Amino acid sequence: MNRYTVAVLVRNQFGVLNRVTSMFRRRQFNISSLSVSETESSEFSRITVTFDGEETYKQQLVNQLYKLPDVCSIKEFNSDNSVSCELLLIKMANEAANRDDIRTAASAFGAKTVDYSKDSIVFRLADDSRKIDDFIDLMRDYTILEICRTGSVSLEKGSTTIRQTINL
Amino acid sequence: MLLSGSDILIRTLIEQECDVVFGYPGGQILNVYDSLYKYSDEITHILTAHEQGAAHAADGYARTTGKVGVVISTSGPGATNLVTGIATAYLDSIPMVAICGNVPTSQIGTDSFQEIDITGVTLPITKHNYFVGDVKDLADTVRQAFKLAKSGRPGPVLIDVPKDVQIAMCEYESKGPVECFEKAAAKDVRIEAAAESINLAKRPYIYIGGGVLASNAQTEVLELAEKIDAPIGCSMMALSAIPTDHPRFLGMQGMHGHYASSMAMHKSDLIISLGTRFNDRVTGNRLKFATNAKIVHIDIDGSELSKTVNSVHGLRGDIKLTLQKLIPLLDKAERTEWNDKIAVLRQQEEEYSDNREGLTPKNVVCTVNEFLGENTAVATDVGQHQMWSAQNLYFRKSRRFVSSGGLGTMGFGLGAAIGAYFGTKEKSVLITGDGSFGMCLNELATAVSYKVPVVVLIMNNGVLGMVRQWQTLFFDKHYSNSIIDRKTDFVELARAFGADGDKVTNLTELKNVLAKAFESDMPYVIDCYIDKDEFVLPMLPPGGSMDDIIVKAGD
Repeated sequence: MNRYTVAVLVRNQFGVLNRVTSMFRRRQFNISSLSVSETESSEFSRITVTFDGEETYKQQLVNQLYKLPDVCSIKEFNSDNSVSCELLLIKMANEAANRDDIRTAASAFGAKTVDYSKDSIVFRLADDSRKIDDFIDLMRDYTILEICRTGSVSLEKGSTTIRQTINL
Repeated sequence: MLLSGSDILIRTLIEQECDVVFGYPGGQILNVYDSLYKYSDEITHILTAHEQGAAHAADGYARTTGKVGVVISTSGPGATNLVTGIATAYLDSIPMVAICGNVPTSQIGTDSFQEIDITGVTLPITKHNYFVGDVKDLADTVRQAFKLAKSGRPGPVLIDVPKDVQIAMCEYESKGPVECFEKAAAKDVRIEAAAESINLAKRPYIYIGGGVLASNAQTEVLELAEKIDAPIGCSMMALSAIPTDHPRFLGMQGMHGHYASSMAMHKSDLIISLGTRFNDRVTGNRLKFATNAKIVHIDIDGSELSKTVNSVHGLRGDIKLTLQKLIPLLDKAERTEWNDKIAVLRQQEEEYSDNREGLTPKNVVCTVNEFLGENTAVATDVGQHQMWSAQNLYFRKSRRFVSSGGLGTMGFGLGAAIGAYFGTKEKSVLITGDGSFGMCLNELATAVSYKVPVVVLIMNNGVLGMVRQWQTLFFDKHYSNSIIDRKTDFVELARAFGADGDKVTNLTELKNVLAKAFESDMPYVIDCYIDKDEFVLPMLPPGGSMDDIIVKAGD
C-alpha cells in the first residue's frame, strides 16, 4: 500500500467536480482526500486527490481520469518532487487543568490560536498530512470539541508547472 | 445567418453529414421537430414506437456504417427511455449522439413537468455530455459531440438542450464535418519490445475484439496472422471482422465460444490481443486464464491495458497504425507444430459438434445462412439465440453482426435491425427469442410504417432459455419465473401490426418460409418452434477455466 498524490488540471466548467467524483464512485476508487479550487487561470480548476493503493490501482485511476474530456493534465507527486500542505482547524475544551499543556503543544507544532473563549480554544495548523495527524493524536489526550480539515494541496518543486503538459 | 437554436441544431447535424435521425417528439423538443419539418429534404427522421427503440436503431445504424448514429427525444420520460440504448452503445463503444429537449433554463432545477437531470443520469454511461445553457454554444457543442463520439474509443455523447435555447436566435455559420482527434500508433520502444516477444513465441494466438472494427484494422490483422503463422480468435464484438471461412479463423472464444478457439487461447504461450477488454465472459476465472501465455495488448484506451488481466506488453495506440509499425519488425515464421496442434483442436471440435437432424438451433441458424447476402446485416437480441447465432452465422463482410455484447440488452434487436436497414439500405435479419422479442416488439409498428423489409426469426421455446440453462445446471432445475409460455400468437400479432408471418415447426417449412420472407418487401415474422431444453454448448461455467468446459449435454 502506498500513498499517492495526484494533481488534476480540469476545465473550469459547471459540473466538472461531479464528473470526476462520479467516475471515482462508479469504478470504486477510494479517495483519502480531495480538494478543488480555481487556478491562476479562470479557464482551469485544479483538483488534488490523495489515495492509498498499489501501483496498478494508481495507474488505473490516472488512466480513467485521462478519459474524461474535461481533464487537461495530470501530475503524480511524491514527497521528493513536490510540496504539500493541508489545513486543520481544531476546537479544544478550555480547561484550567490542561490549558498550558495544550498551548505548549500547539506552539511546538506551530499551530496558531485563532479563537479563544472561556470554554474553548481554536487552533489553526497548516502543514503536511503527517504532521497534522500527529498533532491531532496529541490532542486526543485532551478534550477535542470539533475538528475540520481540508484535503491536501500540492505543487511541484522548481519552475515546472502542470500547465506545461496540457493535452487538450 | 441569424437562425433559431433548433434550426442551428438541425443545420449542424446536416453539416456533420447526418442524413437520418431516429426519435420521438414531445413537448420540450417541439421546436427541433419543427426544424426537422423545415429541413426534411436534407435530413430524414424515423419515428419509432418508443424512445428506446430509437436509441437502438441509431446504434444499429452506427454499427453497420461506422458513422455516428443520432437519436432525438423530448425531456423527462423521453430522455430516460433512451438510457438503456445509450448504455448499450457505451458498453460496446458505439459512436452515438443523443439529443434531448429540456424545460426552459428558468425552470431547470424546479422539478417542472417532464424535467429530469438527464446529464446527471447519463454521466456514467456516456463518454461525455453537455447541457447547453446558451444558444451561442449550441453549434460548437454539437460539433464537439460528434468529434468525441467518433474519436479514440468511440462512444455515446448526450446533448441536453433546454427549450428556450431552441427558440433563441443566434448567428450561424456553416462548417464542414469535424475530423477525429489525430490517431497515433503506440510508442516505438513498446512496439519493438512486443515484437521481440512475438518473435520468440512458439504458440502465438491473435485475439481480436470490437476495437479492430473501430480501427478498421482487418487487413492488418490478416497480414499479422500470415506473417507469424498464427490462428485468429475473437470476442463476440469482433464477429464479422474476419470472414467466417478464413482458414486462420477459429471463431469466437469465451464462455460459449468455439472449442478450438477457446482451447487454442488457453494453450497459447503468447496472446496478441487487439481492441479487447478481457471481460469476465471471455476469461472465466482470471487466475486460471491462459496461465502460460504472455499478453501483448494493443488498445487505443490506455485504461484497458492490465485492467483485468496483466499484459506484459501494454501498447496504447490505434490498432491499425500500431500493427503497420509492428508487422515489419516480425520474423516471417512457420509454426508447424503449433498449427498441427490447432488442427487437432479443430478435429476435436468437429467431434463435439452437434450433428442432430431436425429443427435444432444450429440447423435453424445454418438455414438462415443459406439466405444471407454478402451485405445482409444480422441483428440479435440477448440469450441462447444470440449465442447460437454468434457460433453459427456465416459472415463475409465486416459490420454485419449487430448484437449487444457488453450490456447484454434484451429488446435491443428489433430497433437495431431497423437501424441496420437504414445503414445498409438492404434487407436486415433479426434472430431473436420469444423472451427478448416480447420486450420491444412494439417496433414492428415502425418497421411496417417505413416498409422495412426485416426478417424476424423468433426461436420460440416458451421459456427464457439462457435463464433455464443456468437453472438446469446450477439451481437444481428450479425454473423460477423462466417458463413464460405466454400464448402470444406471434404470427397473428405480426398481422395485427400490418406485417406478415408464418409458423414453422420443421426444417423444410423453415426453408420455404425463409424463401418467402427474403422475397417480401415488408417485415416478416417467422415463429420458429424449438425445444425448451436445448443448451448453448460448449459452456465454460461462470468463474470456471478451460478445464471445466462443458462440451456435451449431460457432461
